[in-house]
Amino acid sequence: MKFKIIAILFIAVTAAVYSCQSDEKLEFMRYYTTGQELYKTRCQNCHGAQGEGLAALIPPLTDSIYLKTNRNKLACYVKNGLKLPIMVNGKPFNGEMPPSGLAPVEIAQVLTYVQNNFGNHLGLHSVEKVNKELESCN
Amino acid sequence: MKALILSACCLLGLAACNTSDKSDNLLPIYGNREAVTKTVNGKTVTDTVYHTIPDFETVNQYGKKITRKSLDGSIYVADFFFTSCPSICPIMHRNMLKVYDEFKKSGNVKIVSYSIDPRHDSVAVLKNYADKMGITGNNWWFLQGDKQAIYKLAESYLVAVMEDNKAPGGYVHQGYFVLIDKQKRIRGSYDGTNPEQVANLIKDIKLLQTEPQSMIAQ
Ligand code: HEC
Repeated sequence: MKFKIIAILFIAVTAAVYSCQSDEKLEFMRYYTTGQELYKTRCQNCHGAQGEGLAALIPPLTDSIYLKTNRNKLACYVKNGLKLPIMVNGKPFNGEMPPSGLAPVEIAQVLTYVQNNFGNHLGLHSVEKVNKELESCN
Repeated sequence: MKALILSACCLLGLAACNTSDKSDNLLPIYGNREAVTKTVNGKTVTDTVYHTIPDFETVNQYGKKITRKSLDGSIYVADFFFTSCPSICPIMHRNMLKVYDEFKKSGNVKIVSYSIDPRHDSVAVLKNYADKMGITGNNWWFLQGDKQAIYKLAESYLVAVMEDNKAPGGYVHQGYFVLIDKQKRIRGSYDGTNPEQVANLIKDIKLLQTEPQSMIAQ
Protein backbone atom coordinates (compact mmCIF):
# COMPACT_ATOMS: atom_id res chain seq x y z
CA MET A 1 0.00 0.00 0.00
CA LYS A 2 2.69 2.43 1.08
CA PHE A 3 4.60 1.55 -2.00
CA LYS A 4 1.60 2.25 -4.24
CA ILE A 5 1.10 5.71 -2.77
CA ILE A 6 4.72 6.56 -3.21
CA ALA A 7 4.60 5.37 -6.80
CA ILE A 8 1.51 7.44 -7.58
CA LEU A 9 3.00 10.49 -5.92
CA PHE A 10 6.16 10.04 -7.86
CA ILE A 11 4.31 9.82 -11.15
CA ALA A 12 2.20 12.87 -10.34
CA VAL A 13 5.21 14.97 -9.41
CA THR A 14 7.24 14.01 -12.48
CA ALA A 15 4.24 14.65 -14.70
CA ALA A 16 3.75 18.11 -13.18
CA VAL A 17 7.43 18.98 -13.50
CA TYR A 18 7.54 17.67 -17.02
CA SER A 19 4.49 19.58 -18.27
CA CYS A 20 5.74 22.70 -16.55
CA GLN A 21 9.05 22.40 -18.28
CA SER A 22 7.50 21.84 -21.67
CA ASP A 23 5.22 24.88 -21.23
CA GLU A 24 8.29 26.97 -20.64
CA LYS A 25 10.01 25.40 -23.55
CA LEU A 26 7.02 26.05 -25.76
CA GLU A 27 6.93 29.69 -24.74
CA PHE A 28 10.62 30.00 -25.45
CA MET A 29 10.20 28.41 -28.88
CA ARG A 30 7.37 30.81 -29.72
CA TYR A 31 9.51 33.81 -28.83
CA TYR A 32 12.47 32.37 -30.67
CA THR A 33 10.77 31.56 -33.98
CA THR A 34 8.92 34.88 -34.23
CA GLY A 35 12.14 36.58 -33.19
CA GLN A 36 13.97 34.86 -36.02
CA GLU A 37 11.56 36.29 -38.59
CA LEU A 38 11.85 39.75 -37.04
CA TYR A 39 15.62 39.49 -37.06
CA LYS A 40 15.67 38.65 -40.77
CA THR A 41 13.50 41.60 -41.75
CA ARG A 42 14.64 44.23 -39.22
CA CYS A 43 18.20 43.54 -38.11
CA GLN A 44 19.96 41.20 -40.51
CA ASN A 45 20.79 43.82 -43.13
CA CYS A 46 23.05 45.53 -40.61
CA HIS A 47 24.13 42.79 -38.22
CA GLY A 48 24.42 40.00 -40.82
CA ALA A 49 22.96 36.49 -41.18
CA GLN A 50 25.49 35.09 -38.70
CA GLY A 51 25.35 38.13 -36.43
CA GLU A 52 28.80 38.99 -37.75
CA GLY A 53 28.24 42.75 -38.09
CA LEU A 54 30.18 44.77 -40.66
CA ALA A 55 33.88 45.46 -40.15
CA ALA A 56 34.32 48.28 -37.61
CA LEU A 57 31.05 49.95 -38.68
CA ILE A 58 28.43 47.65 -37.17
CA PRO A 59 29.16 45.49 -34.11
CA PRO A 60 28.61 41.71 -34.16
CA LEU A 61 25.99 40.09 -31.92
CA THR A 62 28.31 37.25 -30.95
CA ASP A 63 29.75 38.79 -27.77
CA SER A 64 27.86 36.88 -25.05
CA ILE A 65 29.65 38.76 -22.30
CA TYR A 66 28.62 42.14 -23.72
CA LEU A 67 25.03 40.96 -24.11
CA LYS A 68 24.93 39.52 -20.60
CA THR A 69 26.47 42.59 -18.97
CA ASN A 70 24.11 44.93 -20.81
CA ARG A 71 21.09 42.63 -20.76
CA ASN A 72 18.86 45.12 -18.97
CA LYS A 73 19.63 47.89 -21.45
CA LEU A 74 19.17 45.93 -24.69
CA ALA A 75 15.42 46.61 -24.92
CA CYS A 76 16.05 50.37 -24.73
CA TYR A 77 18.79 50.11 -27.36
CA VAL A 78 16.51 48.29 -29.78
CA LYS A 79 13.56 50.61 -29.10
CA ASN A 80 15.33 53.98 -29.18
CA GLY A 81 18.46 53.19 -31.14
CA LEU A 82 22.02 53.49 -29.90
CA LYS A 83 24.69 56.12 -30.44
CA LEU A 84 27.41 55.53 -27.87
CA PRO A 85 31.03 54.44 -27.98
CA ILE A 86 30.92 50.73 -27.03
CA MET A 87 33.34 47.79 -26.91
CA VAL A 88 32.16 44.55 -28.54
CA ASN A 89 34.41 41.49 -28.94
CA GLY A 90 37.25 43.65 -27.71
CA LYS A 91 36.86 46.21 -30.50
CA PRO A 92 35.58 49.79 -30.26
CA PHE A 93 32.41 50.82 -32.12
CA ASN A 94 31.03 54.30 -32.38
CA GLY A 95 28.28 54.08 -34.94
CA GLU A 96 24.60 54.77 -34.90
CA MET A 97 21.75 52.30 -34.72
CA PRO A 98 18.39 53.85 -35.64
CA PRO A 99 15.25 53.31 -33.47
CA SER A 100 13.55 50.07 -34.52
CA GLY A 101 9.90 51.03 -34.15
CA LEU A 102 9.18 47.54 -32.73
CA ALA A 103 6.47 46.87 -30.13
CA PRO A 104 7.58 45.60 -26.68
CA VAL A 105 6.54 42.01 -27.46
CA GLU A 106 8.50 42.11 -30.71
CA ILE A 107 11.53 43.49 -28.88
CA ALA A 108 11.25 40.57 -26.44
CA GLN A 109 11.02 38.10 -29.32
CA VAL A 110 13.93 39.46 -31.31
CA LEU A 111 16.10 39.76 -28.18
CA THR A 112 15.30 36.15 -27.24
CA TYR A 113 16.42 35.10 -30.69
CA VAL A 114 19.64 37.14 -30.62
CA GLN A 115 20.56 36.00 -27.12
CA ASN A 116 20.12 32.33 -27.99
CA ASN A 117 21.74 32.25 -31.39
CA PHE A 118 25.18 33.19 -32.77
CA GLY A 119 26.75 31.18 -29.96
CA ASN A 120 24.79 32.89 -27.15
CA HIS A 121 22.77 30.93 -24.56
CA LEU A 122 21.11 33.53 -22.37
CA GLY A 123 17.55 32.18 -22.26
CA LEU A 124 14.15 33.80 -22.56
CA HIS A 125 13.84 37.60 -22.56
CA SER A 126 10.17 37.93 -21.65
CA VAL A 127 7.84 40.78 -22.59
CA GLU A 128 7.27 41.47 -18.87
CA LYS A 129 10.99 42.00 -18.48
CA VAL A 130 11.09 44.22 -21.59
CA ASN A 131 8.21 46.34 -20.32
CA LYS A 132 10.01 46.87 -17.02
CA GLU A 133 13.26 47.77 -18.73
CA LEU A 134 11.56 50.21 -21.09
CA GLU A 135 10.32 52.22 -18.10
CA SER A 136 13.86 53.18 -17.22
CA CYS A 137 15.33 54.09 -20.64
CA ASN A 138 17.26 57.31 -20.70
CA MET B 1 40.44 -1.59 -78.13
CA LYS B 2 36.80 -0.63 -78.09
CA ALA B 3 37.36 1.01 -74.76
CA LEU B 4 40.29 2.93 -76.17
CA ILE B 5 38.23 4.28 -79.06
CA LEU B 6 35.47 5.13 -76.68
CA SER B 7 37.72 7.02 -74.36
CA ALA B 8 39.37 8.78 -77.30
CA CYS B 9 35.94 9.89 -78.42
CA CYS B 10 35.20 11.09 -74.94
CA LEU B 11 38.41 13.09 -74.88
CA LEU B 12 37.63 14.61 -78.26
CA GLY B 13 34.18 15.45 -77.07
CA LEU B 14 35.61 17.08 -74.00
CA ALA B 15 38.12 19.04 -76.01
CA ALA B 16 35.41 20.25 -78.35
CA CYS B 17 33.38 21.18 -75.38
CA ASN B 18 36.27 23.12 -73.94
CA THR B 19 36.84 25.26 -77.01
CA SER B 20 33.18 26.04 -77.49
CA ASP B 21 33.00 26.83 -73.80
CA LYS B 22 35.59 29.54 -74.25
CA SER B 23 33.52 31.58 -76.69
CA ASP B 24 30.36 30.95 -74.69
CA ASN B 25 32.17 32.25 -71.68
CA LEU B 26 32.68 35.71 -73.09
CA LEU B 27 30.66 38.12 -71.03
CA PRO B 28 27.93 40.04 -72.84
CA ILE B 29 28.22 43.76 -73.48
CA TYR B 30 25.31 45.76 -72.12
CA GLY B 31 23.69 49.04 -73.09
CA ASN B 32 22.74 50.60 -76.41
CA ARG B 33 24.94 49.94 -79.36
CA GLU B 34 25.23 51.70 -82.69
CA ALA B 35 26.60 50.67 -86.02
CA VAL B 36 28.99 53.35 -87.24
CA THR B 37 30.21 53.43 -90.79
CA LYS B 38 33.49 55.13 -91.48
CA THR B 39 36.15 55.22 -94.12
CA VAL B 40 39.47 53.61 -93.36
CA ASN B 41 42.18 53.65 -96.04
CA GLY B 42 39.60 54.39 -98.70
CA LYS B 43 37.37 51.46 -97.68
CA THR B 44 34.07 51.77 -95.91
CA VAL B 45 33.90 49.68 -92.74
CA THR B 46 31.09 49.28 -90.29
CA ASP B 47 31.93 49.18 -86.62
CA THR B 48 29.78 48.54 -83.61
CA VAL B 49 30.08 51.28 -81.04
CA TYR B 50 29.09 50.18 -77.57
CA HIS B 51 27.67 52.16 -74.72
CA THR B 52 30.51 53.35 -72.47
CA ILE B 53 30.70 55.16 -69.15
CA PRO B 54 31.08 58.92 -69.79
CA ASP B 55 33.58 61.20 -68.06
CA PHE B 56 32.90 62.29 -64.50
CA GLU B 57 34.57 64.46 -61.91
CA THR B 58 34.80 63.38 -58.27
CA VAL B 59 37.16 63.29 -55.30
CA ASN B 60 38.01 60.13 -53.40
CA GLN B 61 38.40 59.47 -49.68
CA TYR B 62 41.96 60.82 -49.81
CA GLY B 63 40.79 64.11 -51.33
CA LYS B 64 42.33 63.23 -54.67
CA LYS B 65 40.58 64.13 -57.93
CA ILE B 66 39.18 61.04 -59.67
CA THR B 67 37.84 61.06 -63.23
CA ARG B 68 37.05 58.52 -65.92
CA LYS B 69 40.73 58.62 -66.87
CA SER B 70 41.83 57.53 -63.37
CA LEU B 71 40.31 54.13 -64.18
CA ASP B 72 42.16 53.67 -67.48
CA GLY B 73 43.67 50.20 -67.65
CA SER B 74 41.47 48.84 -64.86
CA ILE B 75 38.57 46.48 -64.77
CA TYR B 76 36.28 47.97 -62.15
CA VAL B 77 33.09 47.43 -60.18
CA ALA B 78 30.84 50.42 -59.44
CA ASP B 79 28.01 50.92 -56.99
CA PHE B 80 25.94 53.78 -55.55
CA PHE B 81 25.53 54.18 -51.78
CA PHE B 82 25.60 56.65 -48.89
CA THR B 83 27.38 56.24 -45.57
CA SER B 84 24.33 56.85 -43.37
CA CYS B 85 22.19 54.36 -45.32
CA PRO B 86 20.25 52.19 -42.87
CA SER B 87 18.78 49.74 -45.39
CA ILE B 88 20.65 47.87 -48.12
CA CYS B 89 24.10 49.50 -48.06
CA PRO B 90 25.44 47.46 -45.12
CA ILE B 91 24.46 44.29 -47.00
CA MET B 92 26.01 45.58 -50.23
CA HIS B 93 29.27 46.52 -48.61
CA ARG B 94 29.48 43.32 -46.54
CA ASN B 95 29.34 41.57 -49.93
CA MET B 96 31.64 44.07 -51.67
CA LEU B 97 34.28 43.34 -49.03
CA LYS B 98 34.45 39.82 -50.47
CA VAL B 99 35.19 41.28 -53.90
CA TYR B 100 37.79 43.60 -52.36
CA ASP B 101 39.50 40.77 -50.49
CA GLU B 102 39.55 38.59 -53.59
CA PHE B 103 41.26 41.17 -55.81
CA LYS B 104 43.18 43.47 -53.50
CA LYS B 105 46.43 41.84 -54.57
CA SER B 106 45.81 42.00 -58.33
CA GLY B 107 46.50 45.56 -59.39
CA ASN B 108 44.07 45.80 -62.29
CA VAL B 109 40.73 45.49 -60.50
CA LYS B 110 39.24 48.48 -58.70
CA ILE B 111 36.02 49.23 -56.86
CA VAL B 112 34.35 52.64 -56.94
CA SER B 113 31.45 53.55 -54.67
CA TYR B 114 29.75 56.80 -55.62
CA SER B 115 27.98 58.57 -52.76
CA ILE B 116 24.47 59.72 -53.66
CA ASP B 117 24.44 61.97 -50.56
CA PRO B 118 27.44 64.25 -51.23
CA ARG B 119 26.18 66.94 -48.83
CA HIS B 120 26.67 64.59 -45.87
CA ASP B 121 29.40 62.39 -47.33
CA SER B 122 32.34 64.78 -47.32
CA VAL B 123 35.88 63.59 -47.95
CA ALA B 124 36.39 63.30 -44.17
CA VAL B 125 33.21 61.24 -43.73
CA LEU B 126 34.19 58.97 -46.62
CA LYS B 127 37.70 58.52 -45.20
CA ASN B 128 36.28 57.59 -41.82
CA TYR B 129 33.92 55.11 -43.48
CA ALA B 130 36.77 53.57 -45.51
CA ASP B 131 38.93 53.31 -42.38
CA LYS B 132 36.18 51.53 -40.48
CA MET B 133 35.67 49.16 -43.39
CA GLY B 134 39.38 48.40 -43.19
CA ILE B 135 40.06 49.74 -46.71
CA THR B 136 43.58 50.96 -47.42
CA GLY B 137 45.41 51.85 -50.63
CA ASN B 138 43.79 52.54 -53.98
CA ASN B 139 41.77 49.42 -54.75
CA TRP B 140 38.48 50.78 -53.41
CA TRP B 141 37.58 54.43 -53.82
CA PHE B 142 34.64 56.15 -52.14
CA LEU B 143 33.70 59.11 -54.33
CA GLN B 144 32.03 62.45 -53.75
CA GLY B 145 30.86 64.59 -56.66
CA ASP B 146 28.16 67.03 -57.72
CA LYS B 147 24.84 65.48 -56.76
CA GLN B 148 23.00 66.04 -60.04
CA ALA B 149 26.01 64.86 -62.03
CA ILE B 150 26.22 61.66 -59.95
CA TYR B 151 22.52 60.95 -60.42
CA LYS B 152 22.94 61.42 -64.16
CA LEU B 153 26.03 59.22 -64.10
CA ALA B 154 24.05 56.47 -62.35
CA GLU B 155 21.82 56.29 -65.42
CA SER B 156 24.78 55.48 -67.63
CA TYR B 157 25.59 52.61 -65.27
CA LEU B 158 21.92 51.56 -65.72
CA VAL B 159 21.27 52.07 -62.00
CA ALA B 160 18.27 54.00 -60.70
CA VAL B 161 18.76 56.43 -57.79
CA MET B 162 16.54 59.18 -56.45
CA GLU B 163 15.78 61.25 -53.41
CA ASP B 164 12.67 60.29 -51.44
CA ASN B 165 11.85 61.65 -48.01
CA LYS B 166 9.73 58.61 -47.26
CA ALA B 167 12.48 56.06 -47.91
CA PRO B 168 14.74 54.93 -45.04
CA GLY B 169 17.61 57.40 -44.90
CA GLY B 170 15.97 59.66 -47.50
CA TYR B 171 17.10 58.01 -50.72
CA VAL B 172 15.96 55.14 -52.89
CA HIS B 173 18.56 53.39 -54.91
CA GLN B 174 19.21 50.04 -56.47
CA GLY B 175 21.92 47.85 -55.03
CA TYR B 176 23.55 46.80 -58.27
CA PHE B 177 27.25 46.09 -58.62
CA VAL B 178 28.13 47.04 -62.19
CA LEU B 179 31.12 45.42 -63.87
CA ILE B 180 33.04 47.66 -66.29
CA ASP B 181 35.80 46.48 -68.61
CA LYS B 182 38.97 48.32 -69.64
CA GLN B 183 37.07 49.86 -72.56
CA LYS B 184 34.56 51.35 -70.08
CA ARG B 185 31.81 49.06 -71.34
CA ILE B 186 29.23 47.44 -69.05
CA ARG B 187 29.90 43.69 -68.89
CA GLY B 188 27.60 42.66 -66.07
CA SER B 189 25.20 43.86 -63.41
CA TYR B 190 24.72 41.94 -60.15
CA ASP B 191 22.40 42.31 -57.19
CA GLY B 192 24.83 43.44 -54.50
CA THR B 193 22.51 42.25 -51.74
CA ASN B 194 22.58 38.66 -53.00
CA PRO B 195 25.68 36.63 -52.00
CA GLU B 196 25.23 34.17 -54.88
CA GLN B 197 25.19 36.93 -57.47
CA VAL B 198 28.24 38.47 -55.86
CA ALA B 199 29.99 35.09 -56.14
CA ASN B 200 29.11 35.19 -59.86
CA LEU B 201 30.56 38.67 -60.10
CA ILE B 202 33.86 37.40 -58.68
CA LYS B 203 33.88 34.58 -61.25
CA ASP B 204 33.08 37.00 -64.08
CA ILE B 205 35.87 39.38 -63.07
CA LYS B 206 38.32 36.49 -63.32
CA LEU B 207 36.93 35.67 -66.75
CA LEU B 208 37.28 39.27 -67.82
CA GLN B 209 40.89 39.29 -66.61
CA THR B 210 41.67 36.43 -69.02
CA GLU B 211 39.83 37.96 -71.99
CA PRO B 212 42.31 38.02 -74.88
CA GLN B 213 43.52 41.41 -76.11
CA SER B 214 42.20 40.75 -79.64
CA MET B 215 38.70 40.50 -78.21
CA ILE B 216 39.19 43.70 -76.32
CA ALA B 217 40.35 45.79 -79.28
CA GLN B 218 37.46 47.88 -80.51
C1 HEC C 1 20.97 50.46 -39.66
C2 HEC C 1 21.77 49.40 -39.13
C3 HEC C 1 21.25 48.64 -37.90
C4 HEC C 1 20.06 47.96 -37.77
C5 HEC C 1 18.94 47.84 -38.77
C6 HEC C 1 20.12 47.35 -36.46
N1 HEC C 1 21.28 47.67 -35.83
FE1 HEC C 1 21.85 47.06 -33.95
N2 HEC C 1 23.47 48.25 -34.08
C7 HEC C 1 23.87 48.99 -35.18
C8 HEC C 1 25.03 49.79 -34.83
C9 HEC C 1 25.78 50.71 -35.77
C10 HEC C 1 25.30 49.52 -33.48
C11 HEC C 1 26.41 50.16 -32.63
C12 HEC C 1 25.95 51.52 -32.17
C13 HEC C 1 27.01 52.28 -31.42
O1 HEC C 1 28.20 52.08 -31.70
O2 HEC C 1 26.65 53.10 -30.57
C14 HEC C 1 24.33 48.53 -33.04
C15 HEC C 1 24.30 47.94 -31.76
C16 HEC C 1 23.47 46.90 -31.39
C17 HEC C 1 23.56 46.16 -30.15
C18 HEC C 1 24.56 46.35 -29.04
C19 HEC C 1 25.95 45.97 -29.43
C20 HEC C 1 26.11 44.53 -29.84
O3 HEC C 1 26.60 44.30 -30.96
O4 HEC C 1 25.75 43.61 -29.08
C21 HEC C 1 22.55 45.24 -30.15
C22 HEC C 1 22.22 44.21 -29.07
C23 HEC C 1 21.83 45.42 -31.39
N3 HEC C 1 22.42 46.42 -32.11
C24 HEC C 1 20.72 44.67 -31.75
C25 HEC C 1 19.94 44.95 -32.87
C26 HEC C 1 18.68 44.30 -33.15
C27 HEC C 1 18.03 43.23 -32.29
C28 HEC C 1 18.22 44.85 -34.30
C29 HEC C 1 16.90 44.55 -35.02
C30 HEC C 1 15.70 44.86 -34.27
C31 HEC C 1 19.21 45.82 -34.77
N4 HEC C 1 20.23 45.85 -33.87
C32 HEC C 1 19.10 46.55 -35.94
C33 HEC C 1 23.26 49.01 -36.41
C34 HEC C 1 22.00 48.46 -36.67
